[in-house]
This record gives sequence, C-alpha cells and structure tokens, in this order.
Amino acid sequence: MRLDWTLRMASLVLAIWVLCALFAPVVGLHPTKVDLTAILAPPGERSLLGNDDLGRPVLARLLVGARTSLIVGCLVVAVSAAVGTLIGGIAGLSGGWVDALIARVIDLFMAFPGILLAIALAGVMGPGIDNVILALAAVGWVGYARLTRAQVLSLVGRDHVTAARALGRRTAMILLKHLLPLAFAPLLVEATFGVAAAVVAEAGLSFLGLGVQPPDASWGNMVRDGVSYLLVAPHLVIAPGAAIFLVVLSVNLLGDAFRDHLDVRLRVS
Amino acid sequence: MLERLLARLGASLMVVWGVCTLVFLLIHLVPGDPVAVMLGEGARPADQLALRAALGLDRPLAVQYLDYLARLAHLDFGTSLHAQRPVAAVLAERVGPTLQLAIAALTLGIMVAVPMGVLAAQHRGGLIDRGAMGFSMLGAAIPNFWLGPILILVFSLWLGWTPVSGREGAASLILPAVTLGTGLAAILARMVRSSVLEVLGEDYMRTARAKGLSPAAVLWRHALRNAWLPVLTLIGIQFGALLGGAVVTETVFAWPGLGSLLIEAIQTRDYPVVQAAVLLISLSYLAVNTATDLLYVAVDPRVRLGQ
Amino acid sequence: MPDPLIQVQSLTTQLGDPSHPLRVVDGLDLHIQAGETFALLGESGCGKSMTALSLMRLLPPSGRIAAGVVRLRDTDLLRLTEAEMRKIRGGRMGMIFQEPQTSLNPVLTVGDQIAEAVRIHEGRSRAQVAGRVVELLRAVGIPDPEQRAKEFPHQLSGGMKQRVMIAMALAGDPELLIADEPTTALDVTIQAQVLRLLKDLQRQTGMAVLLITHDLGVVAETADRLAVMYAGHIVETAPVADFFANPAHPYSRKLLESLPAAEKRSGRLAVIPGRVPRLDAVFHGCRFAERCASVMDVCRTRTPAWLEIANGHGARCFLWDSEVAGEVAKAAETPHGAVGTASLSSATTDAARSDERGAPLLSAQGLQVHFPIHHGVLRRVVGHVRAVDGVSIELREGRTLALVGESGCGKTTAGKGILQLIQPTGGSVRYRDQELIGLSNRRMRPFRKDLQIVFQDPFASMNPRMLVGDVIGEGLQALGIAKRRADRMRRVAELLDLVGMDPEAARRYPHEFSGGQRQRICIARALAVEPRIIVCDEPTSALDVSVQAQILNLLKDLQARLGLAYLFITHDLSVVAYLAHEVAVMYLGRVVERGQVDEILDDPRHPYTSALLSAVPVVEQDKRRNVIRLDGDMPSPSHPPSGCYFHPRCPQSFERCPHSYPEEARLSETRVVSCHLTAETR
Repeated sequence: MRLDWTLRMASLVLAIWVLCALFAPVVGLHPTKVDLTAILAPPGERSLLGNDDLGRPVLARLLVGARTSLIVGCLVVAVSAAVGTLIGGIAGLSGGWVDALIARVIDLFMAFPGILLAIALAGVMGPGIDNVILALAAVGWVGYARLTRAQVLSLVGRDHVTAARALGRRTAMILLKHLLPLAFAPLLVEATFGVAAAVVAEAGLSFLGLGVQPPDASWGNMVRDGVSYLLVAPHLVIAPGAAIFLVVLSVNLLGDAFRDHLDVRLRVS
Repeated sequence: MLERLLARLGASLMVVWGVCTLVFLLIHLVPGDPVAVMLGEGARPADQLALRAALGLDRPLAVQYLDYLARLAHLDFGTSLHAQRPVAAVLAERVGPTLQLAIAALTLGIMVAVPMGVLAAQHRGGLIDRGAMGFSMLGAAIPNFWLGPILILVFSLWLGWTPVSGREGAASLILPAVTLGTGLAAILARMVRSSVLEVLGEDYMRTARAKGLSPAAVLWRHALRNAWLPVLTLIGIQFGALLGGAVVTETVFAWPGLGSLLIEAIQTRDYPVVQAAVLLISLSYLAVNTATDLLYVAVDPRVRLGQ
Repeated sequence: MPDPLIQVQSLTTQLGDPSHPLRVVDGLDLHIQAGETFALLGESGCGKSMTALSLMRLLPPSGRIAAGVVRLRDTDLLRLTEAEMRKIRGGRMGMIFQEPQTSLNPVLTVGDQIAEAVRIHEGRSRAQVAGRVVELLRAVGIPDPEQRAKEFPHQLSGGMKQRVMIAMALAGDPELLIADEPTTALDVTIQAQVLRLLKDLQRQTGMAVLLITHDLGVVAETADRLAVMYAGHIVETAPVADFFANPAHPYSRKLLESLPAAEKRSGRLAVIPGRVPRLDAVFHGCRFAERCASVMDVCRTRTPAWLEIANGHGARCFLWDSEVAGEVAKAAETPHGAVGTASLSSATTDAARSDERGAPLLSAQGLQVHFPIHHGVLRRVVGHVRAVDGVSIELREGRTLALVGESGCGKTTAGKGILQLIQPTGGSVRYRDQELIGLSNRRMRPFRKDLQIVFQDPFASMNPRMLVGDVIGEGLQALGIAKRRADRMRRVAELLDLVGMDPEAARRYPHEFSGGQRQRICIARALAVEPRIIVCDEPTSALDVSVQAQILNLLKDLQARLGLAYLFITHDLSVVAYLAHEVAVMYLGRVVERGQVDEILDDPRHPYTSALLSAVPVVEQDKRRNVIRLDGDMPSPSHPPSGCYFHPRCPQSFERCPHSYPEEARLSETRVVSCHLTAETR
C-alpha cells in the first residue's frame, strides 16, 4: 500500500481518535462540570480549547465526544454489515423467488433519500445513542446487502466455482472457500467508508437534536449548542466540527488507498 | 421500447406502494402509546381517546392501512396536530422553498463538478486532476452542519455580505445553496471523472482518433456523448443525498422548507406531518430517479433497440 | 526496386516510466511497397501492435516514440505536427482493429461514424456525404446499405461490424491500410469473408496492407511478404513462399514446427522452452539465445547483425554468418528430421486401437439444454434459447472426441451439460450404464471423480486467493480422497511433476505463473482425482502457438500413459487434425456430422463441414481448398430456422430442407450425418 504523507497523517488522526475514545473515561475528565466563571471563555484562557456556554471545558467534551462517535461508527457498521451481508448472501445464493423478494426490499430501502429515513426513524423512536445506532443500522444494511448480492451473483458464474463443483465441492464449502474470500475485500472497503458515513450521520442526528442528548457530549450536539454563540465564541463550533472533518477525511483517505490497493491487485491478476 | 418503459414504470409503482407502506408503519414504531407521547404526560384520558379516534388508531391495523391508502389516493394526509390545519396545506407552503434550494444547489453542484470531472479525466495525473481530487476529498468530508455555520461566520457575521438566516431576497439563498452544493459537487466531480476515464479507455476512442478527428471532436462527439448518460444517472442518485442534506441545511439556515418542517414536526410530535413530509420527499426522489432511468431507456440505442 | 510506400528505420517505442522503460519496439526496420500485403507476424507481447500504433502515432498515454524515422513516400511522419498527422490518419493511412465489438461507438449510427471520416478527409456537402457512405458500405459488401447506415453497431453481427470498420478506414482512400489482427475475434467462416473482402478491395484500390497477425495460416494465404517479430524487433523478413519453404531464423522454424497438423499426429509438436525475455532489460546478445536449440557462444555475447540470405530474404542470426558458423548453419537447415521419425510405432498402435470399438465409456443421446427467456414485470417465460438442441455423441476409453463448431453453436454448454454442471432439459447422458441426468448433487458426487473439466481461461478457472497446492488438492479434499493435508501435498507434488512443473510451485499463487503454466496447473487439478474422462473446453485457444504446442503434447502424453478419454471442445481444426480420433461437428445446438477424424477432414459429407474446412487458412499451398462462401451469420439459437437449421446459408439447399430437420443417417459403423442430401443420394 502506498504510504505517502497524507496517509501517514490520516493514520495519525485515526490513532488519536481511537486513543481518545479509549482513554477519555479513565483520565478523570469533567466534561459535564458546569463552571459559571468560565462561560464562553476563549481557548487558552481557562482551558486549552476554551469553555462553552455553561463553562464546561471544550477539550474534555471533545474527547468524550470521540468516544460517542467511535462507538456509534463501529457498532453501526458492524450491525449493518453483518445483517446486510447475510441477507445479500442468501439472495445471491438461493436465487429464484427469495432473491426476487430481497431484491425488491433492497430497491425499496434505496428509494429513501440519504439520511432521511434515519432522521424519521430516530425522530419517531426518540433520542438516545441506542436509537441512533438502530436507526442508522436500519438504513445502513441495504448497501452491504446490495453489494454482497452483486458480488455473489458475479462470482458464482466464474470458472473456478464451476471447477470446484466439478470436483464435488459442497455448496457450503464453495461459499466458504470461493465466494466469501473474494467478496470480502470490496465489503471491507465499503465498511471503511461506512464508518465515515456513520460518524457524520450520528453527528448530524445529534445536531438536529435527535441523537445524543445533553448533558452528554457528542460532536454533533456540541456544534448545535455552539451555533447560538457563533459570533462571540466561534471555537464552540470550530473545534467539534474540525474533529468530525478530520476523522471523516482520514477514514475516507484510508478507504481510498485500500480500494486503489485492491484495484491494483485485481489488475495484476 | 414501450414495453421496457412500462416495465420500468411498473417497477417504480411497486416501490411507491412500498414506500407508502413503510411510512405508514413508521408511526407504529413509536415506543409505547403514540397518543400518550403526543399529548405528553398528564393528559386527560378523554383527550387521549378523542385523539386516538381522530387519528383512527383505535381501529384494527389492516383497516387503518386500507384507510390510509385510500386517503393518500385523494392526497388527503390528515390534519396537523400542531397547526390544526390540513397537512396538505402545511406542506404546500414549504414545498416551494425546498425546491428552490434543491435546484440552486443542484445547479451549482453540476456546474462545478462536470467541468471539473471532465478536465480532471482529460489531464489524468496532472495538476488539474490532483487539485480536483483534493477538492473532492475535502468537500466530501465537510459536514453540512459545520460548513453552514462557518460560512455564516465568515460571510454574514464578519464580512456582512449575506443574511445570517431566513429566506428573504436572492442573497439569502447563496449560503444555503453553497452549503448544500459543496458536498454534491465533491462527490459528483469524482464520479464524472471516473465515468469519463472509463469512456476514454474504450476501443472506440482509439477508432475515433485513427479517423483523424480533432481532439475536440473526439471529446465531444465520442467521449461525452457516451459519458453523459451514466453521469445523468449518477446525478439522479446523488439527488437523494441532496434531499437528505437539505433537512440539515434548512435547519442551519432556518430555511422554511420541507426539511425544517420535518424537524419541527418531530419536535412537536406532529406525526401526521412527519409521515407526509417523509413521503413527499421520498416520492420526489423516486420521481427524479424514474425520470432519469426512463430517459436512459429512451435515449441509449442499445437499450432502446434491444441488445 | 521502386521507392517504397512506407519506410521505417530504427523505430524505437517505449512504454512506461522513462527512467526504466519497456522497449516494446526496439530498432525496427521495414518497408512496404505500394499495393503489396506485408504481414508482421509474432506472438503476443512481441511489439507488433505497438509498431502499428507507432506508425499511426496513436500510442497509449504512457507510450512514446524514442527514436527512428517513419517515411510515407516523402513525408516524415514523426516530424509532422499533431494537426498535420491528423490529416494522414484516416486519410493516407487507415487502420482497423482486432475487436470490432468494442471499436465502434455504441451511441452513433454506423452511417454517422463513416460520414465523420468522409467529412474530415473529403469535405463534401451533406447529400454527397450520405451518398459516399452508402457507396462505401456497398463496397465492403454490406447488403441493403441505405438501411444499414441508419442502424447502431449493436444491431450488426461481428463480421458486419468489421466490414463497417473497413468502410470507415477506406473513407479517405488510404494508400496504406493497417489491419491489426482484423479477423482474430471472428469465426473462421466470417474470417474467410473478411480476408476475401480485403483482397478484393486491395485489387480495386491499389492500396498496400500492413497485416498484423499471429496466425501463420492467414499470412500464408493473404500476404506477399512478411516479417517475423520477436521481443521488440524483426528477426526475419522474406517473401511468403520463401519463408514457408525455407524459414531462416530458428524462432521462425520452431513456430512452423509447433503448428498442429494432421501429418504431425504420430509425433510430438516442437516446443520453444522458456519465456520471452523482459523488454525492460538491455540485451547484449541475441534475444532468442536463451530459448534457441542452435545457440552458440557468440549468440550470448554479440548482437547478431542483419544478414541477407537470398533476394529479399534476410534474418538476424549468426547461423547465416559464414564467418561465425559456416558448418553449423548447414546442419541447422534441415530441422524437420528429428520430429518426423520420432514415433512411427505409436502411429501404428494408434491405428490398431482405432479398430477396437468396445462399448462407449460415456454416451449422450439427444442432449438438450434450453434456457428460458423471461420477459416483463412478471418474468413470464416467453421463449427458450435452444443452446443445445439435440447432441448425440459417444466417447471411448483412451480416445479423443473433438466437438467442433463456431462461437455460439452451443459446444461449451454441451460440455457442461454432459458433466451436469448445467442442468440439461432433455435427452440422456449415460456414463458406464448410469443415467446422469436428474441425479441430485449428492448422488452425482461419486461420478465427479471420473468426470473432470479444463477451461479455456486458465486464470479465471483458479481462485486467485488460493495457493496452487490448494487449487490442485481441492478435489482430493472435496471428495475425501486424501483427507490429511500432508498426504494431499505429497500427491500435489507428484501431479506437478507429471505436468512438467517444479513441485515448488505448490507454494505460490496462480498470478505468479505464465498462461501455459497456469493451464498445466489446471490440468494437474483435473488429474488429481484420477478421472476417466476430461472435458477440455478450448484449453489452448487463449495461448500462443508455441505454448499451445506444449499443452497439446502434454495432453497427448497423459492420454497415452493414463488411458484418458478427452472430449475436446474447440473451434480450431488444425488442433482437431492433430489430436482427435473422432470428430463431431456442431451447428446451432445440433451435431450435424460425426465420424473418425480422417473421414470428416478428408471427406466431409455435410455442406456445413465442407464450408468450415474450406475456410480454414492453411500454410501448405497444395492443401488449400476453394473457399465455400457462406453468406450471412449463424442465426440466433432462440429462433432457429425451420427444417434443417443450416438451410438458409447452405449452398446446396433444396426444396425439402426448409420443411423438416434431417434424420441422422448412418453411413458406416463410425459415420453419422444429418443432411437431406445424404439421405437423397443413398
């Protein structure tokens, strides 16, 4: 894999993200501690990244927010990918009416624009991190199902699968040895981009007031709270937004590099 | 060809039905009793009963469903609990602003992305290409709800060039359209580039050059003539992300469209409005995609005349 | 000698990174006279296509011409500006490509695409352009040109598309037409049509043709002079007749000897050991030295100079340098001896065995594979593609049955149907008294061991993520023959040895091997379960001639050692002549004629077989037949013609043919023909 400076920076950002998320609870931060003497304090005055409208330290909230976004990002992708791959795999392998039915359901879910269905679901189910994960997974599985189905359908016709059948391989073994290993790489690329999408979606839902609720910190609701003080305390918006931007950019860069790497390998073969 | 068009339309109608059904089921996802949630704690049982009857929630699910479909057929979306007016009337005044914003962002996105993608593909690996892909990478990573406030901060609060929010005059459209259009332009530029690159690698491009055609003729008559249809389909698909993003953007700029209506309705637990807004946004996305698909069938000779 | 039309001197073309370039064309000299057909012959990767693209200055973005002169009459092409060069392209020089399927723009009508070329180079009014387009389409033999001009490429067959390409290239009245493998993607009967057309056009217009090809038969039948290319430069140039009578360069000789043919069937084909050298290396000696049977010390240290052997016949080889190798050269001049005498004895046993006609190992009767065509929202079945529509064959132990036909005739589907890899929809397949059709996967498993398959594309038929050892051992594991990995790997090593490869290969991945090696691995995989029958589906058609020879030799050896039966599916009649004992000829899903190989090849009874045989280009002049021209293309298997499927194209069709499909007529114990004509004359 090509490791130029952009990729190094991206890896560094992601490493920091994960470390923050892992260690935020154990280093004794006080992200929800109200300090009326530090209201809207600019960066450097009372704390490194300043304080918010209730005097809470932005840096501490940022670190706790990292934990929220990492948990949501990973769980959403894990659930969506597991469900989607299973459903797509069943469709591709069984064919016939099962496949036709699943294909219709996939089409149906694809008919909802972007994050809209997740907004509606989260809105109706009520706020909370668990509902955010459920709502995003309910929308997210479709992409994996579609990709897996397409992969299986294209791989099943390949000569090495036919050769394996001619050698008396059982269907389950063909799935295990010939289909999944080849479908895995594109799914992994999809999942990488999926993490970025889930991070943005969680932040978006929280920004709309449908996700993580105050006083708990999420990058999205930090932006939401900060917008009211845009002119007097821009750091309240800039800091959490920059965090989202950097994480999403880094994940996408890695996903791109990963896909290029796979493409090259496919081209060589 | 007519048969293909009808088949495509038929498939779309199936999806319309499915979307309506899913949206119907949405309200039944409300944890506990939706009526209790809507009226809040401490509501009188008589009020609850009345609302339940008004929403028809006291009847069997199948009856509710059939009634819902029948009312949809007459464009009757029920009554808004918050505004105490027909939902259709509430929606009607919000459609215009959203349409305006979506078209402005789409136009902006296409005008930036298409030339950028084509140029990047033509100069693959060169400075233009790297610049365009850098823009694309950054643009795709900036969330709307962050870009919006930053633009407000710079252009409204510091420079004072544009209104902060609301919808008054053409100037108020600029920042929302840029916010919404940036992500679209970023993703679209990338897709246009790869679509054009794919066409540039085709054998018939070499044939065109072997005829002695000028580079301009090769690009316009052969490359773009083949690349524009897939690009159109991509734009149709990206229109969905645009509509989803509009919800966030409208909230940021207090733009009085369907998106901000949806969020308001969610906050006031005005479920008939939530249902209707989701339905309307989804169906307009579906209509756009069906239209691009139909155009594909009608224009591409390989599809039109059968393979 | 008159001034040449085009003169190329020390042309050097590079690809890729300039600091470490691939020298795909390296100091190439050639000249072509006005009106002649000059063939540039070589195997894949030798640089012949890059030469053609260099002449047109149409190299891919990573390519560049580093040195040399290309002179078209008085014009120095490499010095022209790009704008001036555009006037030459499609004007004085036209070009057609290998893949007519992808070389035409799918969204423009063929008329528009030709008109474009007419307008650039002749610039007439709209009405005149339209007239000229029709005239060009008529000139390339397209029926109903006014109508066809309005159609899109996908509405035309492959042969028709290549005619359109030719019409386009003719629009500027070129002095030179470059044809890059113009018939490689076409079936042999269509190839005959297109080659004929090129000859006729050349006669009418007086243009010269630079024919780029790998096919020695095509060269022998169409070219006046040829050049043999190897690793980026020309190793031999000669008039065609001289070349085939006395090939001078050892590489040329090997190429000719490696061609399969009927008279070589008693022995092995010549092979060229090793691989083509990498073109990013700097050469110090002869590029062919490492693979040459006549190599001398000097070949490795000095680059051989160009030597004129006879008038117009030259080679780049020390064998012809009297100073270096006076005596050696003469010895090398008679290279055929060793091959011919090798195994007369095996020929006699071959003949003896052909008389034993025991019970067939496998027989198919009226095998059908129909695919439903779905339509509309409800996916109703509106018809069937009759891919295989009545195939009856018998396969005996230790014998090779060739299933021959053009693309789309259903031969591959028939092979898979016989192995139950595609569910047949009718007929019967019996293997040792057991009916295979309708067996469940579980009941079929015991027979899988005996019935194996080798595919056309050896790379696609291996899982790229599996080690070669696991690829070969897959059957051993799946059928429970060798359950322990250590046992399997021991057996894999034996198998690799059996197919002539280093047992170390087991620890590597498929992409690390060349095409020929990959096909050996696939053969080893099939052999692993000790089958009785192997279906070979075009196993050599993706390979170069010299590599094909290795695989054919291997298949023949294995048959002799292990008594295997092959169902050899192919479109290549020279391979059939070399390898097969029996032949079945397929047309549109049915076997039209079957019998012993010499019966079919020497005395074809079905008009389709005769036409097919006559269309094959052959090297030996005395063996050429008058090409029986078949008009049109094979119809679609979803709507086969009434009566005899071949009657619309059959030159001998008569009133009965459109009405009923002819019954099989048994002419002898071994010979069966389905033709009304045979029934009539009997």
